[in-house]
Amino acid sequence: MINASLKELADALAARRVSAVELTEHCIERIGRLDKGLNAFITVDPGRSLEQARAADARIAAGHAGPLTGIPVAHKDIFVAKGWPSTCGSRMLASFVSPYDAHVVERFNDAGAVVLGKTNMDEFAMGSSSETSWFGPVRNPWNVDRVAGGSSGGSAVAVAARLAPVATGTDTGGSIRQPAALSGVCGLKPTYGTVSRYGMIAFASSLDQGGPFARSAADLAVLLNVMAGFDARDSTSLERAPEDYARELERPLPGASAGKPLGGLRVGVPSEYFSAGLASDVASAVESAIDELKKLGASVIEVHLPNTGLSVPSYYVIAPAEASSNLSRYDGVRYGYRAPEYDDLVDMYCKTRAQGFGAEVKRRILIGTYVLSHGYYDAYYLKAQKIRRLIARDFTDAFRQCDVIAGPVTPTVAFALGAKVSDPVQMYLNDIYTIAANLAGLPAMSIPCGFGSEGLPVGLHLVGDYFTEARLLGIAHQFQKATDWHARVPAGYA
Amino acid sequence: MSLPIDQVKRIAHLARIAVTDAEAEAVQADLNRIFALIEEMNAVDTSGIEPMAHARDLTVRLRADEVREGDQHEAFQAVAPQVEAGLYLVPKVIE
Amino acid sequence: MEWETVIGIETHAQLSTRSKIFSAASTAFGAAPNTQACAVDIALPGVLPVPNRGAVERAIRFGLSVGGAIAARSVFARKNYFYPDLPKGYQISQFEAPIVQGGTIQTVLPDGTEKTVRLTRAHLEEDAGKSLHEDFHGMTGIDLNRAGTPLLEIVSEPDMRSAGEAVAYARTLHALVRWIDICDGNMQEGSFRCDANVSVRPAGSDRLGTRCEIKNLNSFRFLERAIDFEVRRQIEILEDGGRIDQETRLYDPDRDETRSLRSKEEAHDYRYFPDPDLLPLEVKDEWVAAERAALPELPAAKRDRFVCELGLTAYDAATLTGSRETADYFDAVTAALVLREPGGDARAGAKTAANWVMGELAGALNRAELEIDRSPVSAQQLAGLIARIRDNTISGKIAKEVFDALWAGEASGDDAADSIIQAKGLRQITDTGALESIIDGIIAANPAQVAEFRGGREKAFNFFVGQAMKATKGKGNPAAISEILKRKLAG
Repeated sequence: MINASLKELADALAARRVSAVELTEHCIERIGRLDKGLNAFITVDPGRSLEQARAADARIAAGHAGPLTGIPVAHKDIFVAKGWPSTCGSRMLASFVSPYDAHVVERFNDAGAVVLGKTNMDEFAMGSSSETSWFGPVRNPWNVDRVAGGSSGGSAVAVAARLAPVATGTDTGGSIRQPAALSGVCGLKPTYGTVSRYGMIAFASSLDQGGPFARSAADLAVLLNVMAGFDARDSTSLERAPEDYARELERPLPGASAGKPLGGLRVGVPSEYFSAGLASDVASAVESAIDELKKLGASVIEVHLPNTGLSVPSYYVIAPAEASSNLSRYDGVRYGYRAPEYDDLVDMYCKTRAQGFGAEVKRRILIGTYVLSHGYYDAYYLKAQKIRRLIARDFTDAFRQCDVIAGPVTPTVAFALGAKVSDPVQMYLNDIYTIAANLAGLPAMSIPCGFGSEGLPVGLHLVGDYFTEARLLGIAHQFQKATDWHARVPAGYA
Repeated sequence: MSLPIDQVKRIAHLARIAVTDAEAEAVQADLNRIFALIEEMNAVDTSGIEPMAHARDLTVRLRADEVREGDQHEAFQAVAPQVEAGLYLVPKVIE
Repeated sequence: MEWETVIGIETHAQLSTRSKIFSAASTAFGAAPNTQACAVDIALPGVLPVPNRGAVERAIRFGLSVGGAIAARSVFARKNYFYPDLPKGYQISQFEAPIVQGGTIQTVLPDGTEKTVRLTRAHLEEDAGKSLHEDFHGMTGIDLNRAGTPLLEIVSEPDMRSAGEAVAYARTLHALVRWIDICDGNMQEGSFRCDANVSVRPAGSDRLGTRCEIKNLNSFRFLERAIDFEVRRQIEILEDGGRIDQETRLYDPDRDETRSLRSKEEAHDYRYFPDPDLLPLEVKDEWVAAERAALPELPAAKRDRFVCELGLTAYDAATLTGSRETADYFDAVTAALVLREPGGDARAGAKTAANWVMGELAGALNRAELEIDRSPVSAQQLAGLIARIRDNTISGKIAKEVFDALWAGEASGDDAADSIIQAKGLRQITDTGALESIIDGIIAANPAQVAEFRGGREKAFNFFVGQAMKATKGKGNPAAISEILKRKLAG
């Protein structure tokens, strides 16, 4: 059961071979047994989950089931859920029980899915290793002394360790793709504006985008069908006709044939992504995956994204600038942490925020405050925004020559816990391949494509033009039909 | 760029984050390394480039002027640190 | 030394939308604390702003009514600072790209001279909540009902040179925002608040002096007094060889003085940047055209019409256009008068109508604390009354009696004045025959006074007029009586 696809689970539920309650209990049992060593979940609430599972069973019995009815889903703790602690991995919100549901949570609830729990994450999604959480670091099931990747590490690990069939995450600079790659699962960041940000606790508003985690591209498509869609409460939500993201899974591209399902596909490989910083084990796994795409009929061409090197510097201006402002609401007045002792109002603010936020969050607030402050705005913030446009133009140019860009997600496989905590710059450089898609607002995904040193997973990065999620999923699905990297289970979690 | 310690403290205060002298010094070292990375931006000429504030060049969607929210203050204040008579309480604001 | 005062005004006008600028909570005034503060207003984690079309529409209407440019693209920016009544830790405003740029306000000063004040800009922003300082165990209470109420901040150029000009500007602006129906103008409730930037400089200098900003003046009287005080304060400092510090000050009405708002130990650094939650605001030409088409005749245009077509003085025209309701009422009176007097002298009629609307009617409304749109005397009824003055059916004096009866509702309908004149027998006696016989009687009965008058004591003439009015119970036509008396006494 733990390795079944969403389609298989839905069929089993429909045929009453298994109930939603049994499925949920099974996941809760695995979490209870296995999560102590992983720390993927911040909150589980079996009572609430089983209540939803019983409702799902009734709905199945009544014949009103959809593809996700009765399916347990683990939500990143950045999505607020009514009645659930919604902490964002922070002491600041450790006691915050949300009075409302995020749009994404609402969508899953409406589909009859079961909230299995809230997953661990870097505090306020600021991190690339899921080590900055107030609730302790997430551990990688492939090697518990390694990081899970971040910031959505808990969700990636929940899926990797088969604690949950599927999960949600958010991606501001790689926070879905990076932990998906390091933990050996599939993760998709859609085009900016596809998934509503309402109820998704903001880190950097112009970059944040929610997306799914699953074990296969086919499952991602099912999840995205539920998560995506217009929401009037997010004014950046795109008003587009609903689409079926599974529609191109099996449909060969124009020019494809049975033996060459990716015939006609032009895969662009940016030379900038295969430079000095890329570890050789990751490079060889990714190159093999690109060869596989070629075998499936794709043509591979070299493309250029000349401003790639500037994506980290510009991101570390833009994201902290937005974050410094987005996190000003945590002031100890209306909800969340308030320092127990203080002299006056200003002291209450300063102590509340000093005690409520962890070191990385404070570091980014300070960077953001500085780059927006008087006299520095043009040199940093405006400059970074101009570079953002150059980076977006790089992609526009590249997509004139190719249909999809393929490359690595991360420069290395999962590194040791604690290895980069004391060196923020080294930590930030982990995001070098993923950030550009956020700056440009493009859809991008990571799928398992092999293993590097010490048997740690490697991800293949696929970046598409705007609104090409269905095609990305189709390419990934065809790759997964020809390979079994995505089906590998870390030892001890089978 | 090297960020002087009084600047670090000024920013911290602007952001309403209390820092001890030792913390300020630790942060100063981190920030200086981070700004060295950030300043790699200066290598590229961006004159004439339009700044990009959003992921897509779109315009905002407007809402109809309708009231759709009712009183929820009890639910909202259930998670508040300190309330009385429907008001959030804070240390005295001195004007 | 001669000093010149320089004043610029920033006005915060609450826009009269039903819901808030970025949330769907109600903007109604006076609700119990925090009952109209929704998740967006209290800035719960994860909430997002969605702009209200009604607020944008009102900003466009304002821009058009002052002849400003409506930006095809404007940008919402965040102004960052910490304050307990500012839940997000930033205020959404517009900074570099406001929705309205430029424009002018034309006002008329009490001496009748016209004054043009240039506007710098007008931009959309959200209001903050309220801090209640009454004692909650030494703490401050925060009510966020007002948080997120739409504001239009209207910024003038430093074009005013006295408190009187500042008040004239503020009054004209106040009338305008109510006229175009974008703000209820209720100053007690804070719907229309002014900040005055005041500086002084040696007369003739073209350099601006250091200015002080006086915050939150919520009445025209406070605006005037605060500026007067501030000007005196600054001149005193400068004449003593001192220097003005640029600062924010508060006006204390109880002490009639301004005092420095103990500003934070740090200089403000608001870290404005484009709000990443809000894409640029686009206003298409068609939208502007539709708003333009829907605009009523504006006060300045109406004022010009009253002066040019009806021959009113500039000051009377300004007074009558002080509110849209007053102007509409006056327009209705003059229109009815024209119908009642085909071929009559419309300009003379308008002058009489203006005097009645600004005089007797305004006085009565004031005493009764009524707005003109609730006047018990309709414009039609007042026109009916004025028509009877103008055709000599009644005298001005009797007309006041008729007006009181109209006010008291003693008759109804458009011709109520005629009914009252009829019922009370107030019709003026213009029949010369009747008047002559009355006057003959008076002359016969008062030979001594006749002799006095004829002996050269002209004042005695008034005695006869008085006797004649008394005998006619005030209904004798004064002109006819005077003419008959002159003729008979001369004989």
